Amino acid sequence: METENLIDVAYIAGLAKIELSAEETERFSRDLNQVLGYVKQLEKWDVEGVEPMYHPLPTYDALRADVPGTSLENAAAVANAPQAQEGQFRVPKVVESAH
Amino acid sequence: MSFGTISYWRRQLAEKAISPVELVEQLSAAMEAQNPGLNAYLSWDKESALAQAAAADVTKPLGGIPIAVKDNICIQGEPTRCASKMLADFRSPYDATAVTLLRRAGAIPFGRTNMDEFAMGSAGENSAFGPTANPVNPEHVPGGSSSGSAAAVAGGMAIAALGSDTGGSIRQPASHCGIVGMKPTYGRVSRYGLVAFASSLDQIGPLTQNVEDAALVLNAICGHDAKDSTSAKVPAEDFTSLIGHDIKGKRIGLPKEYLSAGNSPAVAAAVEQSVKALTALGAEVEEISLPHAEAVVAAYYIIACAEASSNLSRFDGVRYGYRAESPNGLDDLYSRSRAGGFGAEVKRRIILGTYVLSSGFYDAYYARAQKVRALVAGDFAKAFSKVDLILGPATPMPAPRLHDTSMSPLQTYLADIYTIPANLAGLPGISIPCPQPGSMPTGVQLLGPHFAESSLISAAYALEQALK
Repeated sequence: METENLIDVAYIAGLAKIELSAEETERFSRDLNQVLGYVKQLEKWDVEGVEPMYHPLPTYDALRADVPGTSLENAAAVANAPQAQEGQFRVPKVVESAH
Repeated sequence: MSFGTISYWRRQLAEKAISPVELVEQLSAAMEAQNPGLNAYLSWDKESALAQAAAADVTKPLGGIPIAVKDNICIQGEPTRCASKMLADFRSPYDATAVTLLRRAGAIPFGRTNMDEFAMGSAGENSAFGPTANPVNPEHVPGGSSSGSAAAVAGGMAIAALGSDTGGSIRQPASHCGIVGMKPTYGRVSRYGLVAFASSLDQIGPLTQNVEDAALVLNAICGHDAKDSTSAKVPAEDFTSLIGHDIKGKRIGLPKEYLSAGNSPAVAAAVEQSVKALTALGAEVEEISLPHAEAVVAAYYIIACAEASSNLSRFDGVRYGYRAESPNGLDDLYSRSRAGGFGAEVKRRIILGTYVLSSGFYDAYYARAQKVRALVAGDFAKAFSKVDLILGPATPMPAPRLHDTSMSPLQTYLADIYTIPANLAGLPGISIPCPQPGSMPTGVQLLGPHFAESSLISAAYALEQALK
């Protein structure tokens, strides 16, 4: 099936912060162009004046009383971290050293 | 292949014909025997279950009853891996509210069931830990994404199980395995501790051997939870209260759009048989129309993927989950950790979701899909002003074969057409088996208005008895 090219997968993968192989980029382009081609049918429905429905049931006032409660202990919070040190998450250096 | 229902084991426990410890022993023997062929469970903690069984209070509603839990619902101290390499080493630091409530009712959360990775899939084949087989015929898929929960219950390895349903992930595998699966009204069950896929669509619910068991599990897990701001403030109910009531005069709508020529003959026959059975029970079955029925798959995949792209951004190799080796800076850490941790379908959906939310495309895709969703919900609101419940197929066809690579992602998405509407509109739905000779299991689905679970269960029970 001939499909229109609607999505630049390599660019979007960059936004999504997922490194893709050349093979994945090609396969996802094929798959997603087919999906997006199908999704175009949404254009045929008249949505003039229709409020978007972001939620299946309207919810209001989901605020709780502002009182302190217990939260995870520090050790439990970092227990699943790939790298932790002194109760904190360790990441690669983010600040360039000054020259 | 049944392991016995909740009602059966409750009686056995009450009469002291068996102790909770013996029940756990018997169940784990079944798991050890059956699981290698089916891969329904990813892990189970027998010692913990035995300790809980030793302390079980069998006078509670689910006292001493082990219940399997999908791998995306947190159990404190146990692995919650969402069948993903991303979370291969993750252990939950807390219980999901549904699990807390199961414990409160006396149940023993026992066993982590396999699934499509992060609940994305409808065959159980997208698991990083291998596919699950259908116990009815292991050459077929069990459906998904709650593949392991369905296979464990159908395969005599679980009394009942929890699953999650974002676009049919409870009802579809239940239908494919010949058991009962129920998605409650959005907001009935707290999503706290359910690893989020699409937050406006996700609901936890039961997969069971019969309708009564579904009601018993639902009784335990429902209720408002301050930890989930979307959980509904509605009073608790005994969902078994209308079981056994007659359904004479109930108005049941049959959407003409659900009688598509694309349904397999077995599925068409199951719907026809159910219409006859309901009519014989005194219900008034009438044809109705849901004019936007064909728009649901397109709207769903935009909304679900958009929400997934946002929810799954938390997996960045920093706080938990897979981290790539020797990253060169933070961006490289994110990109390669996500590349190495996620499987193909998860990547595909994150990319689709990122695209429809990206600048320049948001209105054309995401905003439009949410408007079409409102039209779909409007169809149901209109239908439920005329009928009490809606009947239809659960899926267009019975379970396909394992490793069938002839289907494109789009073709597999299209098979969700009958289960998706309940998620878009937030409605409760239940699929019940309606076996057809010479076919893999087929199921039919009943849908009800928001919070009409008791009436839905009552009709599902009556239909289940009539189809026996």
